[in-house]
Amino acid sequence: MPPILELIGLRKRFGALDALADVSLSVAPGELVFVLGPSGSGKSTMLRCCNLLERPDEGAVVLEGRDIAARGVDLDAARKRIGMVFQAFNLYPHLSALANVTLALRKALRLPRAEAEARGMAALDRVGLADKARNMPGQLSGGQQQRVAIARAMALEPAVMLFDEPTSALDPELVDEVLAVMRELRAAGMTMLVVSHEMRFARAAADRVVFMDRGAVVEQGPPERIFEAPRSERLRAFLSRRA
Amino acid sequence: MDALAAQFFDLSIMAAALPMVIEGLWMTLALCAVVVPMGLAGGLLVALAALSPKRWVRWPTIALIDLFRALPPLVLLIFVYSGLPFAGVRLDPFVAVAFAFLLNNAAYYGEIYRAGIESVPPGQMEAARSTGLSQAQAMAWVVLPQAVRNVLPDLVSNTVEVVKLTSLASVVSLSEMLHQADLARSVTYNASPIVLAAGIYLAILWPLVRLVGRFERRMAS
Amino acid sequence: MGFADAFLDMAVIARYAPSILSGMGVTLALAVLIVLAGTAAGLALACLRATGSRRLSIPIVIFADVFRALPPLALILLAYFGLPNVGVSLSSFMVLFTVLALVLAAFAEEIFWAGIAATPKGQWEAARSTGLGFRSTLLWVVLPQAARMAVAPLTNRAIAITKMTALGTVIGVPDILNQATTAVSFSGDASPLTLAALAYVAIFLPLVIASRRLERRFQWRRL
Repeated sequence: MPPILELIGLRKRFGALDALADVSLSVAPGELVFVLGPSGSGKSTMLRCCNLLERPDEGAVVLEGRDIAARGVDLDAARKRIGMVFQAFNLYPHLSALANVTLALRKALRLPRAEAEARGMAALDRVGLADKARNMPGQLSGGQQQRVAIARAMALEPAVMLFDEPTSALDPELVDEVLAVMRELRAAGMTMLVVSHEMRFARAAADRVVFMDRGAVVEQGPPERIFEAPRSERLRAFLSRRA
Repeated sequence: MDALAAQFFDLSIMAAALPMVIEGLWMTLALCAVVVPMGLAGGLLVALAALSPKRWVRWPTIALIDLFRALPPLVLLIFVYSGLPFAGVRLDPFVAVAFAFLLNNAAYYGEIYRAGIESVPPGQMEAARSTGLSQAQAMAWVVLPQAVRNVLPDLVSNTVEVVKLTSLASVVSLSEMLHQADLARSVTYNASPIVLAAGIYLAILWPLVRLVGRFERRMAS
Repeated sequence: MGFADAFLDMAVIARYAPSILSGMGVTLALAVLIVLAGTAAGLALACLRATGSRRLSIPIVIFADVFRALPPLALILLAYFGLPNVGVSLSSFMVLFTVLALVLAAFAEEIFWAGIAATPKGQWEAARSTGLGFRSTLLWVVLPQAARMAVAPLTNRAIAITKMTALGTVIGVPDILNQATTAVSFSGDASPLTLAALAYVAIFLPLVIASRRLERRFQWRRL
C-alpha cells in the first residue's frame, strides 16, 4: 500500500544548527509511528515540517501522493487533511470546548452551523467529553484540555494525525486519560505520527518506532526490536539513560 | 506639491521664527520642570490616600480622582485662569497652568501608582513588617520600589502626555513653544513655524514614545 | 464678589443653560464619531501590521509614533490654519474630528497591536494546523483575545482623547467649553463655566467609572 505521508530528504537549518539533516520517513495507512530521541534531536522540527508549520529548506513532504512542500500548494487545504495535537494544547481560551472543535469545521470546511455542531459533539463524545461541551478551556483540567484538542484535530477527519509530545505538559495522573484516547483512535484505524517520551505507550501501541538523534533518523523498527535489541550505540545509550 | 512645501516647510520662515520658538521652548521646559515633579509627587500622595484603610479618606479621594479624570484639562485651566478672577483670585498664567495641571496630573499619576502598589503581592508588606519595619518604612523601601518598577512604562507614557499637555498653556497666552509658534504663524500667514515647533516636540518625545514601547515589549515577554 | 455669586448665579445659569446644552450635543456627536472612526482605523492598521509586511508596517509605525508624540493642539492649529492655504478647506468641526480621530487611531493601533503580539504563537499554529487561513485565524482566534486585552486601555485612551474635543474652542467649534466662554464674556459672570464643568462631568464621569469596572473585569487570565 502506498504511504499516506512520506518525508523525503528533509533538511532544515536554524542559523548554524542543523535541525534536520536529510530525514526521510514514510507512514503507511493505519500505521502508528512513534518517534523518540533526546531533546534537540530534531523530532519536533520534523513533525512540524509535516504540516509546514516549519518550512524545510530542502526535501519533499508527500501527502496522499502530492508534495505539499512545493511552491504554490494550497497549504490551508492540505492542513485540513493533517490533524495536529500540541504539547501546550493551544486551545482557544475565549471559546467553549465545542466552539474550539467547530471553528475550523465552520470557517475552513464551511459546514453549516448545525452540521458542524453535530460533528463537533460526536468528536467530543469520542474523547469522552460530550458533557463538557459548553465549558471554557479554563474550567477544564489539563488532561481534559488535551482531549478537547484531540477532538478538535480529529473532527476534521484528517488522513493522518500528528502528536507533538501530547502528554509532556500534563501532571502524571492526567497522562493516562490522554493515552487512552490515543489508543482508541489507533484502534479505530487512524494513521498517527507521535513524538513522545511515553515508552510504555510505544511498546503497547506503536507499529514502528523511529529513533532520531542530531537531526537524523538513526534507527527504526518494530517496538520489540528497538527496545530489546537496539543496534546503534546511540540508541543503547539513550535507552539506558531512560531506564 | 510646491504649495504644500511653501505652506508647511518654508525654511526661510522657519529660520526667522526659530529664535521665537526657541524662547518658547525654554518656557515649555520650565513648565515641564514644574508640572512633572508636582504631578509625580501629588500623584503619589493621591495614591496613598486612595489606598488608605480609612474610608473617610479613601472615598473622597477616589471621588476627586474620578472628577478630575472626567474634566478636560483645558476646562480646568480656563476655570482656574478665567474663572477664579471673578471670585477675586487672580493668578499669574504660569501659576494658573501649574495649579490646573496639578489637579489633572495628580489624578492620572495617582491611578498609575495605585495600580502599581496593588500589583505588589501583600506578602511583601507582611514580610517587611515582620522584620520590624514600620508601615511607612515598609511602603517606602519595599512596596513602592517594586510598584514603580511594575508601572514604569505607564509613568513614562503619562509623562509624555503631560509634556504634550503643556501646549494648552498657549490658550491662556503663556508664551510656551506652541504659543510662540502660533504667534509667528499669525504674523507670517504661514504654518511653517508650527511645523518647526512640532519637529521640536517630536525630537523630545519620540525617543520617550519608543522607550515606552521597548519597556512594554520587555514586560510582556 | 463672593464665590457663590461668581460661580453659582442661578439667573445666569438659567439664561445660558440652553446654549451649554447645544454645546453638549456638539461635544457628544464629536465624541461618538471620533471613537467610532479612531477605533475602526486603529484596528484596521493593526491588522495590516499583523500581515508582517515591512512595506505596510513601517509607515504604520511611523504614523502611530508621530501622532502619539505630537500635542493634539499643534496638529489642530496646523490643520486649521495651514490646510486652507494649500486648497483644503475643512470646517473647524471637521478639522477637530479628523485630527482627534487620527490621534485615537494611532493609540488604538498600538493597543490592538500589543494585544495581537501578546497572543501566544501556539494560538496561530493551532488554528493554521486545522486549515484556517491567515485572515480567518486573525479574525476568529487572535482578534477576540487581543480585543479583550485592549478593552481597558482603549477605554481610558478614548476618554482622554474625546475630552480633547474641548480644544475645538480654540478654532471656534461650538462645543461645551466654547459656549461657556462666550457666555462668560457676555454675562460677566463665571457661572457658565460651572455649568460647563457639570456638563463635562455628566458626560465623562459615567465613562470614567465604567472604565474602572472594565479594568477589573478584563484582567485577562491566560491559561
